[in-house]
Amino acid sequence: MKSRPLPINEYFGFGRIILTIVLAMALRIAYWPGFLSTINPDWVLLVLIYWSLALPERVGIFHAWTFGLLTDVLTGRMFGQYALAYSLVIFICLKLHKRLRQFPLIQQGLFIFFCLLLSQLLLFLIKNLQHPAQLKATFWLPVFSGTLCWPIVYTVLRFVRLSRRVK
Amino acid sequence: MLVAVIASCALLATENSGQRLDPLRAVLSFFIDPIKYLVDFPSLLLDQTSEALSSYTELKEENKSLREQQLVHQTRLLKFAALEKENIRLRALLENSFKLGEQVLIAELLSVKTAPYEHIVLVNKGTRFGVHQQQPVLDGNGVVGQVFRALPLSSEIMLITDPNHAIPVQVNRNGLLTIAVGSGQINRLVLPFLPNNADIHPGDLLITSGMGGTFPPGYPVAVVDEFTSQPNKPFANITATPKAHLDRNRELMIVWSHSTPVPLTSKPSTNDNEIKASADK
Repeated sequence: MKSRPLPINEYFGFGRIILTIVLAMALRIAYWPGFLSTINPDWVLLVLIYWSLALPERVGIFHAWTFGLLTDVLTGRMFGQYALAYSLVIFICLKLHKRLRQFPLIQQGLFIFFCLLLSQLLLFLIKNLQHPAQLKATFWLPVFSGTLCWPIVYTVLRFVRLSRRVK
Repeated sequence: MLVAVIASCALLATENSGQRLDPLRAVLSFFIDPIKYLVDFPSLLLDQTSEALSSYTELKEENKSLREQQLVHQTRLLKFAALEKENIRLRALLENSFKLGEQVLIAELLSVKTAPYEHIVLVNKGTRFGVHQQQPVLDGNGVVGQVFRALPLSSEIMLITDPNHAIPVQVNRNGLLTIAVGSGQINRLVLPFLPNNADIHPGDLLITSGMGGTFPPGYPVAVVDEFTSQPNKPFANITATPKAHLDRNRELMIVWSHSTPVPLTSKPSTNDNEIKASADK
């Protein structure tokens, strides 16, 4: 598959993928007023999950790891924690992508919920290792809001994929 | 998959053991910082348009009030210079050294939020301007926080209200020393280490004590607003409100304090020259 050179429009498509991830990063650190900021979901992970389900041959663990590392820098966390969480979640998504595509949206949402929960759990463990911190219960809210945002992400990215022929 | 996990665990371990990965972070932040500026752009645009659209009379009035304010401050400063000299003389009598002159850099806040449960803000000045870790950050009213991490194009500032932040303070009225810890709420500090019979009242001004060396002494930090003694516990329950407008100001000042204090006045003539030199700076 990698032996044959990619046509121009496939490179172009990859640019689109990166653009959506960069936008997700921007959303991730955007200044939301008041309560919205505490429930701001992990947009980068949602977008990565979508691309890994839709185009598993284009977006793999390496990309997840790289963008996880960039997210670490973006949000000023310890190096490697988002990289670890993202690559684990994307690994699971890649394993199950054939089955997941057949699922109805609600069932898919349940899966996304557990993906986000896994990622948040890893972050929580790493944070606790660092210093047993006083994290509030609101730490877990982005998991729920992220699940609720999944249909939006799904429709928008599906639109991007089909309209621009990202293959 | 295994490679990714091992690589991230290795990174985590190295990061935990020290600051060896800072160069890597600096390099990666070159790619990342444009996103921060991108996110900040809409609010910047909003600010500028509202400035451009504000009417002539409004600007005139604002200008007038600012001019008056400046006059007041100028006269206060005149007095302050004399007081400073006097203070240095008095301290010389007491054989005490005195820190002089602090240099400031004005940095602008980026309206970006990295983690909801932490009070960390980003500003648009980084190591390119010589910003480094643990520098104190002020605004016009008081202490805001300290530089938590300096990247090339931006830096992260931990506010004094962050739950992981503590600042050594003293009560301005009687010099009582203590530590103010962040509470996680933007308008509240906690003073957990004062006994029930401590001489502290609501309305007392807390200033930096200069202990610990991060913050220069004498800057206002907070005003005590509640004192509840807990007879069954060793320490009283005291809260304070920060003086700085933590959630409103867009301009912050990053401070360089001279690390070497002015030597004692053994030779009055040379010391006078030194004072002049640092005042000129």
